[in-house]
Amino acid sequence: MENTITNREAEPVAESNDLSLVLTPLEDLRGFLFHHLGRLLLFLITSSSVIAVFLIFFFVIREAMPFIKEHDLIKFLTSKQWYPEADTPKFGALSMIVGSAYVTVASLIFAVPVGILAAVFLSDIVSFRIREIVKPVIEILAAIPSVAYGFFAVLVLAPWLQNKFGFTTGTNALNASIILSIMALPTIISVAEDSISTVGRELREASYGLGATRFETIFKVVLPTAHSGIIAAVILGMMRAIGETMVVWMASGNAAQIPAPWWNLSQSVRTMTASIAGEMGETVKGSDHYYSLFATGVLLLILIFTLNLISEYFLVSAKKKLGKI
Amino acid sequence: MPTSTIKNQAKSDHIDSVVSLSEKKTSSSKSELDCQCPVVKAENFSFYYGSKAGVKDISMEFYPCSVTAIIGPSGCGKSTFLRSINRINDLIPNTSVKGNLFVNGHNVYDKNTNLVNLRQQVGMVFQKPNPFPKSIFDNIAYGPKLQGVKSRSKLQQIVEESLKAAALWKEVKDDLKKSALALSGGQQQRLCIARALATKPNTLLMDEPCSALDPIATGKIEDLIGRLQSDYTIVIVTHSMQQAARISRRTAFFCLGELIEYGSTVDIFRNPGKKQTEDYVTGRFG
Ligand SMILES: Nc1ncnc2c1ncn2[C@@H]1O[C@H](COP(=O)(O)OP(=O)(O)O)[C@@H](O)[C@H]1O
Ligand SMILES: [Mg+2]
Repeated sequence: MENTITNREAEPVAESNDLSLVLTPLEDLRGFLFHHLGRLLLFLITSSSVIAVFLIFFFVIREAMPFIKEHDLIKFLTSKQWYPEADTPKFGALSMIVGSAYVTVASLIFAVPVGILAAVFLSDIVSFRIREIVKPVIEILAAIPSVAYGFFAVLVLAPWLQNKFGFTTGTNALNASIILSIMALPTIISVAEDSISTVGRELREASYGLGATRFETIFKVVLPTAHSGIIAAVILGMMRAIGETMVVWMASGNAAQIPAPWWNLSQSVRTMTASIAGEMGETVKGSDHYYSLFATGVLLLILIFTLNLISEYFLVSAKKKLGKI
Repeated sequence: MPTSTIKNQAKSDHIDSVVSLSEKKTSSSKSELDCQCPVVKAENFSFYYGSKAGVKDISMEFYPCSVTAIIGPSGCGKSTFLRSINRINDLIPNTSVKGNLFVNGHNVYDKNTNLVNLRQQVGMVFQKPNPFPKSIFDNIAYGPKLQGVKSRSKLQQIVEESLKAAALWKEVKDDLKKSALALSGGQQQRLCIARALATKPNTLLMDEPCSALDPIATGKIEDLIGRLQSDYTIVIVTHSMQQAARISRRTAFFCLGELIEYGSTVDIFRNPGKKQTEDYVTGRFG
């Protein structure tokens, strides 16, 4: 009984649909072309960017090859003597390697705690409306051209450091570190904030529901849960600092030396990037000096590439941890 | 029309049978005197999201050593009311309350309320199992550690007791170090119950604790609730009337933010006092 009633009611709907379920040959061809040409086009576009990256790698390594073949690499990595234009040229890049490490680490010592706290502040403490205003502003900070930061370093920060602390020069490791940390902050804040926000309301409520205070919830649940994303944020900030050229060139004082004593931030340093950018214009193409700069470039590429892989690893494991993959 | 009546009859038959079952179960094991005095008491309590009321003018009491179910169509304020009791709704910005809500005689919306103690006395289990991405042990030990328990052996003892109370000990006793996220959904929910028990609460609030679980896991949680009720004041929000009938002694029916009817589960399902309640429990509405 029941069934017959429902069937009769359903009839008019079934009648009205009279469309063929078979594709016409033209439709078939069109679908085929769209599908395969579309894929080919996308493949070409995607692969062109990958190819570009490989070409850069190839080019830099090829230009570095003559140096790598002819010179002692151990000396290149461990000697402080960088006299590329002398009669008996010396190519010891240690000062530059240490200079890069120096300003990077010093800037991170400031930028990491501040960046993470700012991210926590944005995600867990300020109201939704304030976050929606502040986050885009921070992301804009990341887009300010670095030469503008460089001007600030030279014209404002350098004289201030010199007057305030009596340093012999205002363009020094401290100046470069301060500017680099300001430049790394937006990256760290925005990536860390993303990962802290994805921790989600459920876990926070679970923690509060067990009697945890906000402080305990943040430090015992939210940050440990987001730690992979936060590590990735730190590494991305680090890459920004290591790869930065213009600002360190303007702010670091550009002296190829290792500060002595080692903690003396008031002395000038030179980074690998500044060395490449600054000296490339003075070299003769095909000279030893020219090739040595490319060798420095290879070193930088390897560093950045490794850091990139590590940050990628942590970003993926952050997602896995929260069940997003 | 005739078919729906038949269906309803079948449904209420079913409810009758489970109601009589739960009557038998609950009437056996209590010293009635302890259970007379309400643990949670709302007096003309309203909760507002901005200017919109989540619940309006609720007056009711929850009694110890028993399960009270809150039923009602979705959006009627069941969660809002439940989450007001341990003030977890405070986390939502721009909310306000009117009226009084007492837990153990203390008005929890007083300025001097110790939220930490309140939430440790009034445990909460959420709709979706939400274990921390930590080990099973660390999940349970989280609350006791907040309370200042430091000794490893004491923590171990609490973890074991809580897991046993939540009927999960046998399944996980050999891998307490394993991540809680590796457990099944039903095990995760029992872990969350164990985690709530570890702070030694006297009241448990459960917001649709089975809605994300399959029937077998649901059955296990219901058994567990049945066993826990002699020691705790349990308030459970559920969208399943069969579940309310199976496990609760009292039932409250909410609709559009108001408490429509509150009474013994048997009365609410067998002879409701209000037309609205009757329509809802017989499935004609909602
Ligand atoms: N965070 C919130 N902000 C604003 N309104 C909310 C919020 N949570 C719930 N509400 C509103 O309060 C009412 C009651 O919701 P809720 O308590 O979740 O109902 P139930 O649990 O019975 O389904 C609903 O109308 C809902 O839209
Ligand atoms: Mg709800």
